[in-house]
Amino acid sequence: MKTAPAAWAFAAPALLIITVFFFVPVLAALAVSLTDFDLYALADIRNLRFVGLHNYWRLLHTPDFWRALTNTAYFVVVGVPLSLAASLATALLVNSRLAYLAGLFRTALFAPVVTTLVAVAVVWRYLLHTRYGLINYALAHLGIHPIDWLGDPHWALPAIILFAVWKNFGYNMVIFLAALQSIPADLYEAARLDGASLWQEFGRITLPMLRPTLLLVSILTVAGYFQLFAEPYVMTQGGPLQSTVSVLYFMYEEGFKWWNLGSASAVAFLLFLIILAVTALQLRLARDAQAR
Amino acid sequence: MAAVQLERVRKVYGGKHIAVVDATFAVADAEFVVLVGPSGCGKSTLLRIIAGLESPTSGTVRIGSRIVNDVAPKDRDIAMVFQSYALYPHMTVAENLSFSLKLRGQSRAEIERRVRASAEVLGLTELLQRRPRQLSGGQRQRVALGRALVRDPEVFLLDEPLSNLDAKLRLGVRTEIAKLHRRLGATMIYVTHDQIEAMTLGQRIVVLNGGEIQQIDAPMKVYERPANLFVAGFIGSPAMNFLRGRLVQQDGLHLELGFTRLHLAECGATGPDLASLVGAEVIAGLRPEDLRLGAAGGALVRQPRLSAVLELIEPVGNEAFLNARAGDTELMLRVPPHGLPAPGDAVTLTFSPDRLHLFDPQTGRRFEHL
Repeated sequence: MKTAPAAWAFAAPALLIITVFFFVPVLAALAVSLTDFDLYALADIRNLRFVGLHNYWRLLHTPDFWRALTNTAYFVVVGVPLSLAASLATALLVNSRLAYLAGLFRTALFAPVVTTLVAVAVVWRYLLHTRYGLINYALAHLGIHPIDWLGDPHWALPAIILFAVWKNFGYNMVIFLAALQSIPADLYEAARLDGASLWQEFGRITLPMLRPTLLLVSILTVAGYFQLFAEPYVMTQGGPLQSTVSVLYFMYEEGFKWWNLGSASAVAFLLFLIILAVTALQLRLARDAQAR
Repeated sequence: MAAVQLERVRKVYGGKHIAVVDATFAVADAEFVVLVGPSGCGKSTLLRIIAGLESPTSGTVRIGSRIVNDVAPKDRDIAMVFQSYALYPHMTVAENLSFSLKLRGQSRAEIERRVRASAEVLGLTELLQRRPRQLSGGQRQRVALGRALVRDPEVFLLDEPLSNLDAKLRLGVRTEIAKLHRRLGATMIYVTHDQIEAMTLGQRIVVLNGGEIQQIDAPMKVYERPANLFVAGFIGSPAMNFLRGRLVQQDGLHLELGFTRLHLAECGATGPDLASLVGAEVIAGLRPEDLRLGAAGGALVRQPRLSAVLELIEPVGNEAFLNARAGDTELMLRVPPHGLPAPGDAVTLTFSPDRLHLFDPQTGRRFEHL
């Protein structure tokens, strides 16, 4: 193979960048997760000890970690379907032939994605305010008592889910929109001639044609939602009563508040394994559905 | 089976773009009618109006005895074959065929029976479990036909069903469609831009241009007596030759072409309406096969003659197309491919007088003179 050296030369720049910015940090983090890297080790590297899987073992026996994991799972299980439903519904509306000012709505609905999270979080804190918030104001008209959205341990995470869904659905909406527009119009016409109602068109044509896109979008969204961090960091700082501490938020506190970098790395790796497992499961389910 | 009737059907898009202008025609029960015209002539729009995929701006559409303007496509008892076939890519051939029957709540046994029967007719039995992407173009085309067939509709609508097939396959499927029509005895309305398809398939053809119906008649009638310049130029390949001239009265009625003049009485063109046109501009049309290479000073003294220069010869095997120039007019001849003169030769062209078509250059309309 005379081409091999040339091939390596061409691939080298990309490989170099991937190595420096991906493989080295990941392997370093893996190495760190097997040590007790902490503030003392930062001060004097000789304090660093290899501890094997101790960090992992200890994490699995930390109630706060399980709490963070439960919160994150709640966020993913409720947030992802909600987010996908919102994205698909708005994509269908904007794509509709009857849509009025479709271009304007497409931009407006995508806007939250490109806004600064911290800035809109401030706005949302006002919206969610117990006494002056627009949301409680609206609920009051329905005869519902004011809810302390960000101060009540039962409501803080749902409020964060609402905020996150609002912030993110536009992104998937655009992907769905592109997929919807690639479905040939004559399929719908054929279905109309075949006698399909609007619901049947959606169920028998649109959904099956969107299947690859749905899979892609759900994998990306699940992976993204597992990495929940900025929303609770800005809105609630994990409170009240740890009710909005996510895995990543837990990792952040572990690493940069208590400087247990070894333990924090272990958290990151556990999260990685969980995301890997869930993604594999999704692919498996999708393949089974395809085979049927 | 049912007849289809259109009455002053008009379609205007966005208030200004007129797609169909007052189309009126009737398709008899069990008739095969072809709508033909260049792209953008409104033929597909007309078909989609009959299907109910578009609603006419004004006018009425009747299927059978019923006005169907406000009837949903699925209740019109029609089936349509799309140009792209529009097969459902995520369904097998069997599912594609049975989709409409399922939606109509037919019993499973009945669906099974009808899918089997249609598959048999079209030779799809082996392919029932495949998906569209695993099929060749010709097979997809048959599935599209099958999806229409399985419904057993009153009227079949076919929108350029052959245009995505290669030339050889097109010929095969064309005959298959003709046979299918004879076998089913169904009303079929077929849209195409291909005049060969129109000529071979249609019992009658409707020639459209710019949204307006130009002529409705049996294919050979349209070919032999085109109603206007557009039809004359559109139907027939190579296209009809046109010669611009003026009618003059000088020792009998003549057609003055500029470079020569033809004695019209000699051409067999007489008639009361011609005499009234003396002095008028006309366009004379001659089919390429009606022009012949004549021996100079030959025996055919009674036939009109044109002197021309041969410019190009295109042999296609069974015949040859000759490009000649007479004066400033390009002429196309279609002749047997043997014993041809060489390009650059001066030739004499003759034609049988009764093959001449005369048109009004202003309106484009045919003068009925023969």
